[in-house]
Amino acid sequence: MRKSYRWRRFVNHLMVGVAALSTALSVLALVAVLGYVAVNGFAALNADFFLRLPTPVGVPGGGIANAIVGTFIVVGLATLFALPIGLGAGIYLSEFGDNRFGDLVRYLADVLAGVPSIVMGIFAYGLIVARQGHFSALSGGFALGVMMLPAITRTTEEVLQLVPRDLREGALALGISRWRTTVSVVLPTAAGGVLTGVVLAIARVAGETAPLLFTAFGNPFWNTDISQPIATLPHTLFTYAISPYEDWHTKAWGIGLVLTALVLVASLLVRYVGRRR
Amino acid sequence: MLQRQQRRRPRNLGDALFQGWAWLMAATVLLIVLLLVYRLLGDSLPGLSRFGLGFLVAQDWNPITETFGALPAIYGTLVSSLLALAIAGPVGLLSAIFLTELAPPWLDAPLSFLVELLASIPSVVYGLWGIYVLVPILRDPVERGLHDALGSLPLFSCAPLGFGMLAAVLILAVMILPYTTAVARDVLRAVPNDQREAMLALGATRWETIWRAVVPYARSGIVGGLMLALGRAVGETMAVTMVIGNRPQVSACLFNPAYTLASQIANEFTEATSDLYISVLIELGLVLFVITLILNGLARLLVWRMEGGRRGGRL
Repeated sequence: MRKSYRWRRFVNHLMVGVAALSTALSVLALVAVLGYVAVNGFAALNADFFLRLPTPVGVPGGGIANAIVGTFIVVGLATLFALPIGLGAGIYLSEFGDNRFGDLVRYLADVLAGVPSIVMGIFAYGLIVARQGHFSALSGGFALGVMMLPAITRTTEEVLQLVPRDLREGALALGISRWRTTVSVVLPTAAGGVLTGVVLAIARVAGETAPLLFTAFGNPFWNTDISQPIATLPHTLFTYAISPYEDWHTKAWGIGLVLTALVLVASLLVRYVGRRR
Repeated sequence: MLQRQQRRRPRNLGDALFQGWAWLMAATVLLIVLLLVYRLLGDSLPGLSRFGLGFLVAQDWNPITETFGALPAIYGTLVSSLLALAIAGPVGLLSAIFLTELAPPWLDAPLSFLVELLASIPSVVYGLWGIYVLVPILRDPVERGLHDALGSLPLFSCAPLGFGMLAAVLILAVMILPYTTAVARDVLRAVPNDQREAMLALGATRWETIWRAVVPYARSGIVGGLMLALGRAVGETMAVTMVIGNRPQVSACLFNPAYTLASQIANEFTEATSDLYISVLIELGLVLFVITLILNGLARLLVWRMEGGRRGGRL
């Protein structure tokens, strides 16, 4: 059965069109989401929004200053937890990890990367909240930190692997010990890439809500005590979005815009810096 | 023998300390995963011992009488994710084909970037958009229209609520689209040019070249990417929780409220009063963990087989 050339050409044109349409559809989805967030969110922004505490329901005005500070605290805790472990593990995998143990850790880091964010919340709940008896910023930071860990570990390993072998051999040939080679030659060479990975990992978890639902929990008041429940941007957005109050819905869009802008700017910045190198 | 041992061991203190520290950090990663599994198993033990394997197929969910079954949540998770993949899979693959094979090079980078941006929007923002933009549109023109026209089919027979399975499917499809596109793009790009040139030399059209020579070559990678995306969809929590309607029921109708494993945990965890209640919710998390573990394992196997081994400057 031979198909006529005319038919084949028709199929060709048709499928090229369908493929172009699919791409257009993806971009359209992005525009639809970002457009609504930008337009609705912008209407909610004013000085009070950034500088004031939430007002009681029904009282107009107020802002989400506590959630902004809370997000920085929780994400800061997460970074404090994940950065040393991730860096160390990445260095191990790249410099010493060519063995069974290295393969196992590599595999487990990948497993960890695939664990759904809500399960991280359960983990932190069982490990910290259930023992302490109350929700806390610390447990939220732990949950987010565990989420960042595999990303930092694997990026560090990959970036260190890109450092040419010659550089290491050159340093060793000069009589420098292995650890000095790693710290003073390999790491500085790879610093840009490692930093990129870390910023991306931070940006990704900054928008996470699910792990915070029953760890950091949320708090309508001012709090900087990490052993107490704390408000965060994503969680406040969630609470406001599902509430019945019109004023809160407006604020939810405002938080959505701030959060999206934060994550997008971080990704763009990293991409721009990465390309220039 | 003696010589080898002598050469391996003489190390200064700094080296020993540094390697020891790095090893310790790597071991911490291992420890955290073990602890995670241990906690999930340990904390769901009351539920496990009470309901056994029957938990997976029981339909009732009543916290007051303390009868719990995971079937509605498992059903909702699988149906919502698979339907989302049925939309995002073809669209993602076709977009990837367009970007790598058809679009002029100057268009490829900016368009790929835009599609990837979809992945960086936080889940809860998708949920917000879902509640106030998607659900109203679904409720009135879309679901009402389908219900009026095709209401005799079980798929469209129930009342158009807006919040329900269909909303979750569509949100999930948008959310996993960047993953299906990105992986398909990477594996298509890895297909050697000989493959294309040979087919074109035989007089094939561009589409025939793509469909008969390029895509089959990249098949295992593409399937792996789809599974990776499915793993994402299965674990997705916030956006789904906000639009799926949150009701534990198994229903063939697309407009009905439903539940997924993740959204049931998210929605009920802080309200759970008894230890047994909390433990069955954690057991849902365990089921979710196992499902994603299987999906990711399969996906990785397929993508790795496509990409081949690793290289590096390891000493």
